[in-house]
Amino acid sequence: MPSSSTAQKLAKGQKEISVSEFFEKNRQILGFDSPVKSLIMGVKEAVDNALDACEEAQILPDISVKIDRVDQKEYRVTVEDNGPGIVSTSMPNVFGRLLYGSRFHAVRQSRGQQGIGISATIMFGQITTGKPATARSKVEGAEAAKEIDIIIDTKKNMPVLLREDYIPWNDVPHGTRVTFYMNGRYVNGRQSVYEYLRQTAIVNPHACITFIDPEGKKYVFDRATDQMPPRTKEIKPHPDGIELGTLMNMIKATKERSLVKFLQNDFNRVSERVAKEICSASALPETTRPTHMTLESCKQLLEGIGKVKIMAPQVDCLSPIGDKLIRKGLKHVLEEVKPEFYAPPVTRDPKVHSGNPFLVEVGIVYGGGLPKDQQVQIYRFANRVPLLYQQGACVITKAIENTDWRRYGLEQRGGSGIPFGPAIILVHVASTKIPFTSEAKEAISSIPNIQEEIQLALKACGRNLKTHLNKKERKSKTRAKFEIVQEIIPLMAEKTASILDRPVPDLRGTITKIMNVVWIDDQVKFEKGRHKVKVSIYNYTPKQQKFSVHTIVPNGCLDEKSCSLAPTDVRDGEKVSWELPRIASTEIYHLTYELSGLDADMYQEVELYVSGINPVDVMGADPLPGDWDVEGLNFTETEAEEPEEEDADEEPDYDESGEDLNDDQ
Amino acid sequence: MTTSERNTEAVKRLYAISESIYEQLDQGKIPKMVLPLRTKANIRFDKKSSVWKYGDQKGARSAKKVQGAMMLLRTSYMLELIRDMIESNRSSTLRESYYISEGWGKAKFHSQDESNMLAEDLEIVTQCLREDFKLRPEEDGARVIGDLNIVETDRKGKRKALNCRDDVGDSGYGIPYNVEKEKVELGSTSARFVIAVETGGMFDRLVENGFDEAEDAILVHLKGQPARSTRRFIKRLNDEMNLPVVVFTDGDPWSFRIYASVAYGAIKTAHLSEYLATPSAEFIGITASDITAYDLPTDKLTDMDVRALNAELKDPRFNTGYWRGEIEEMLRLGKKAEQQALAKYGLDYVTSTYLPEKLNQLGLMRK
Repeated sequence: MPSSSTAQKLAKGQKEISVSEFFEKNRQILGFDSPVKSLIMGVKEAVDNALDACEEAQILPDISVKIDRVDQKEYRVTVEDNGPGIVSTSMPNVFGRLLYGSRFHAVRQSRGQQGIGISATIMFGQITTGKPATARSKVEGAEAAKEIDIIIDTKKNMPVLLREDYIPWNDVPHGTRVTFYMNGRYVNGRQSVYEYLRQTAIVNPHACITFIDPEGKKYVFDRATDQMPPRTKEIKPHPDGIELGTLMNMIKATKERSLVKFLQNDFNRVSERVAKEICSASALPETTRPTHMTLESCKQLLEGIGKVKIMAPQVDCLSPIGDKLIRKGLKHVLEEVKPEFYAPPVTRDPKVHSGNPFLVEVGIVYGGGLPKDQQVQIYRFANRVPLLYQQGACVITKAIENTDWRRYGLEQRGGSGIPFGPAIILVHVASTKIPFTSEAKEAISSIPNIQEEIQLALKACGRNLKTHLNKKERKSKTRAKFEIVQEIIPLMAEKTASILDRPVPDLRGTITKIMNVVWIDDQVKFEKGRHKVKVSIYNYTPKQQKFSVHTIVPNGCLDEKSCSLAPTDVRDGEKVSWELPRIASTEIYHLTYELSGLDADMYQEVELYVSGINPVDVMGADPLPGDWDVEGLNFTETEAEEPEEEDADEEPDYDESGEDLNDDQ
Repeated sequence: MTTSERNTEAVKRLYAISESIYEQLDQGKIPKMVLPLRTKANIRFDKKSSVWKYGDQKGARSAKKVQGAMMLLRTSYMLELIRDMIESNRSSTLRESYYISEGWGKAKFHSQDESNMLAEDLEIVTQCLREDFKLRPEEDGARVIGDLNIVETDRKGKRKALNCRDDVGDSGYGIPYNVEKEKVELGSTSARFVIAVETGGMFDRLVENGFDEAEDAILVHLKGQPARSTRRFIKRLNDEMNLPVVVFTDGDPWSFRIYASVAYGAIKTAHLSEYLATPSAEFIGITASDITAYDLPTDKLTDMDVRALNAELKDPRFNTGYWRGEIEEMLRLGKKAEQQALAKYGLDYVTSTYLPEKLNQLGLMRK
């Protein structure tokens, strides 16, 4: 039997460990587990804070990051922003105290969440170099900036100021600059400070980010838009899927005196009716004083919440990037790769996981200078922050691996795993609370509803890619024939005629025999804010043709007066039909129209459909889908059959017999 | 027919091709040109001439495909080039004609393979020789050393008599690209047979060892796959001077093909086999069985070698008991040997032992 003195001895040895001390000993939890990663983490924490601050104050962010090499191991990192600044009294706590922050208790989408980031970075720097960090901040209207040299007393989790000054920061109206020293290693490549900033620029097209690397090389990721993301609203927690601990904390902290009022006022989407329902479902009196609630009754309450149907949380607490800006951001940053196609990005409607609203966005970039024979690149983002590490552990990767990309034109062995091909897949998960696998915030946990949403978004975006690839393949096939009839055959006729000294023969018969198809080609030009579209219809069949063409334009953008032929029908402001005049054999008909009010990159490919003609006789347009008259834009994917006109009884192709004629190697 | 008559005939036949393309266009058809398929599966043994020629399988070069349309277009340009060369009494190498096509705009050749191929196609269709088109290869034929008197008409039209052993340097008599009678007349010889040698190294070894004089042989260097003129020259020696021909090569799959093109005719030029091949030529080695019998130093067969041997098993020219045995034996050994591997037994071994043994089997050694 243990004596009571043993317990007393043990009790003497037990003492409170401060959070800072805990993290000092377990710094890998925060992501400072390798020299390369530490440097990225440091930059990331400072940049995340800067972007959050600017967003909150609705200021277009100008952020500059500079890394200098002090010696073999030590680097100096300076991050400056044009944010609202921090009031001087708060500065010590913001930079020198872990878990101090305004966002810890808030339910809204932001980059930082727990208030660990920047102070942990400063602490890590202090541990590895022994040097204090320097922070300078100026708020609007202040005469001078306050500058402090700061270290953290890890035992007490308290900031210690080594120096405090006021400095006229005249060229800066407001903003914050933080400089810290840390041991690390600067590298290039997929996991690097440069890559982190580049990807940050993609999903924050409203930010201008300047980076000066240790060699002094300067990179500027310019702003692609002046449009700020809307300020996200703070919402109260949603009761669905809330955890017991959180619930108990809320009960402890509430100012409400009755359970029903507590439910009604401290939660999102709980009306008086719903609050009463919860009370009765939990078999707790509505008048129960929250402060008197036991663990037992809290569990009861949680069960009760589960039984009541509650409206999904509102979504203005989330800040999706939006298809338009995803495309802009990608275009802006990927310019040098010259991708051939940006699949229209997909933004899904918000859903809920454990009481937290979330939504998923996907964009795919294809072709151009992207490597063809490698795995696709995956750009993962959580609340507009790039995730560079732990790709394999992330739900985004799992969702990509579990999608059959062969259906969307990428190579994938066995229909699962990371696909191969010249593509970048971007996935952004936005949520009031991203369920990361660890405090280092490197990967998102595999939560089934999140994975499902990502997969749905991937499929929708994949279909956009496939449509493009189908069209491209059809075009290249047709282009070859076009080359024959437009260039080679006329040259052949000219040459033989001149050799034989005879008139150039009429080529119509030959041309229609080779093509035997109506070929439709389109061109889109962007001039003076207008999209000028030219659809050319070549009748390469031996007969005259009369039929209708149809297209879909972005809603309300068609300038009907600009149409070279008046449309017979404009449905829902977006579905346009023309009945074409008779087109004689080997004649060409041009149809032109203009769109106004769109950005240049919002209309690149013309979707064309035909009716009143056998679709097998048409190249370059699909048959009109059966649901044209019925639904909105949800077309069923129909594949036009390829007209195959090989005569069966002919000789094999002489030039494609494919055998090596040479006897030597 | 004289040269100029042959040239005129060639132009006439080329005109017929352009005319046919024109007619097809005029009638609203898709122009095409039908040719025998130049594939392994379409060569047949011609009993009368004992060589392999193209069979009856035909392929169409049609304007339906870009490649076919381009070749048809080029045919007309080529005709014009040939006509102009004949009119101005010039000629060009195949490589030059490839460069000349630079001026043909869209019709220009993208590789010399394309222009070579078209020249051969035109030979097949017109049944003329590319020399009749004033096109010549840039590579010369190879070298000859041996007691052979010839009269060559040189580029200035002067007739020069020379002996291919006494009037030439150590590199021998260079076979010109045209070895027809009007260019090279064969005179007299004391030689009893012709030995065609694959590699330059072995050719020089035989020369240095005085094999031609010792055994009354004419040595011909094949230089790998022999050029048309080399094969034609060998055939004339065989036909006109009744000299037996033996072929001495490395012991590997590619050497088997060298022999086949000398004796049976090459797939690529099967339309000319009757004119180029020497059906009575004998293969003396290195055979697969020599590798074991002479215990020769070897190399391992590469993947490409194995593929080549397997392809030969499907090649009708090698469909004889002897060749099946040789090919299968080489596959079984998984090894190949060079002619010069015989040097393992000393520099004289090839002339003092190996060749006499081989020639004896053929009854070609002096008693």
